[in-house]
Amino acid sequence: MTAIVDYGVGNLFSLRSSLEAIGETPRVTSDPEEIRRAERVLLPGVGAFADAAEKLRRSGMDEAVRETAAAGKPLMGICLGMQMLFEKSLEYGEHAGLGLLKGTVRPIREILREKGADPEGRLKIPQMGWNALRIRRESPLLRYIREGDCVYFVHSYAADGCGDSLIADTEYGAYLTACAGRERIFGCQFHPEKSGPVGLKILKAFVEMKA
Amino acid sequence: MITKRIIPCLDVRDGRVVKGVNFQGLGDVDSPVSLARKYSDSGADELVFYDITASAEGRALFTDILTETARQVFIPLTVGGGIHRVEDFERVLKCGADKVSVNSGAIRDPSLIGKAAKKYGDQCVVLSVDVKRVNGEFRVFARGGRDDTGLEALEWIRRGVGDGAGEVVVNSIDTDGVKQGFDLEMLERVCEVAKVPVIASGGAGKIEDFLTLFHTIPGVDAGLAASIFHFGEVRIRDLKQRMKEDGIPVRI
Repeated sequence: MTAIVDYGVGNLFSLRSSLEAIGETPRVTSDPEEIRRAERVLLPGVGAFADAAEKLRRSGMDEAVRETAAAGKPLMGICLGMQMLFEKSLEYGEHAGLGLLKGTVRPIREILREKGADPEGRLKIPQMGWNALRIRRESPLLRYIREGDCVYFVHSYAADGCGDSLIADTEYGAYLTACAGRERIFGCQFHPEKSGPVGLKILKAFVEMKA
Repeated sequence: MITKRIIPCLDVRDGRVVKGVNFQGLGDVDSPVSLARKYSDSGADELVFYDITASAEGRALFTDILTETARQVFIPLTVGGGIHRVEDFERVLKCGADKVSVNSGAIRDPSLIGKAAKKYGDQCVVLSVDVKRVNGEFRVFARGGRDDTGLEALEWIRRGVGDGAGEVVVNSIDTDGVKQGFDLEMLERVCEVAKVPVIASGGAGKIEDFLTLFHTIPGVDAGLAASIFHFGEVRIRDLKQRMKEDGIPVRI
């Protein structure tokens, strides 16, 4: 059984529907016990980092998510849910993440400035729309995906300094982290549930994974 | 590089897709759910659903259609029409919409954009504007293009974006339905004031109109059209292939 963590941030209708479309019946839950019983866990989310991290912690589901990862069960964060897997976020202050992946979540504008990209600030933030994936290393999550496949992004922050956990990136003035992971822990900055057939293939690869 | 989006628009009344010329002479076209699937399969980057029904029955039918579409189509869905209060955002978001577009609702209550953006995030709020030239200025029209609000369009857009609209759809009433190309002059001015994605609407008649749009106004992020897609005058797959050949970044 695949569990979708419901901690009150964002709409889970599309994620649930997209899993159903590939033949998986997910359990949308706010119960830490149910997350512990799941074979694999999806951590979605949109909105502000600090608020979401607080809600996850208050619900007790942060521990259940950590245990999922520690038990070697597949775990995937999407968008803000992905950002929460990293060590910390610099969105309005400094906030600790779950620390499951190496890296820091930083404003896209700052990352671009540091890389000397878009000096005149012409690029629109958030990055909103379809952009191509550049695959940096092989991963079971992307086994049905080809270099250059497009996925749908909506984000103003991106993970930086991911080191070996970087799986794929995307060019928006400079290369930004699109997909990261290690072992059975994965994160997608884009929305696979809104990325058409390519997105469904990523979800399919994920639900096929076992501990 | 981020791609330019192609967005078919489905005007839905009483559960069917309709499209007219200059907002009038509406004619029945197709079932919204099957059309949405067809567009998604042929490469549409996003879909816009406009609810043009006035009755409560029509509205309920619309949310049913939206729910069914969101169950089957996995690209971003924007919903507009009948969005007057923050509660209307809730109503369509829970049926699977990703973005909600406000038009007359924001004219009636200018605080709506700010309130919705605060609750659901800027990325969720789309300002849709029907614009027509009146006495040499760009004027905002309400009620499906029937009423001149007296508001100057560029100032209205600047204000909406300042309040939190994360995207702007600009529909030129002057070029809508005429099929002689997008309103490049108007779009250029809008791109100067809006630092969020701009979606061009009104006037596309053939593939070349989209190529001209993206080559001439680099600030435009997406092209929206309805009848030319519904009636098969422009096929999305052909359009995107031509964009690619023409060096415009596009998702194939």
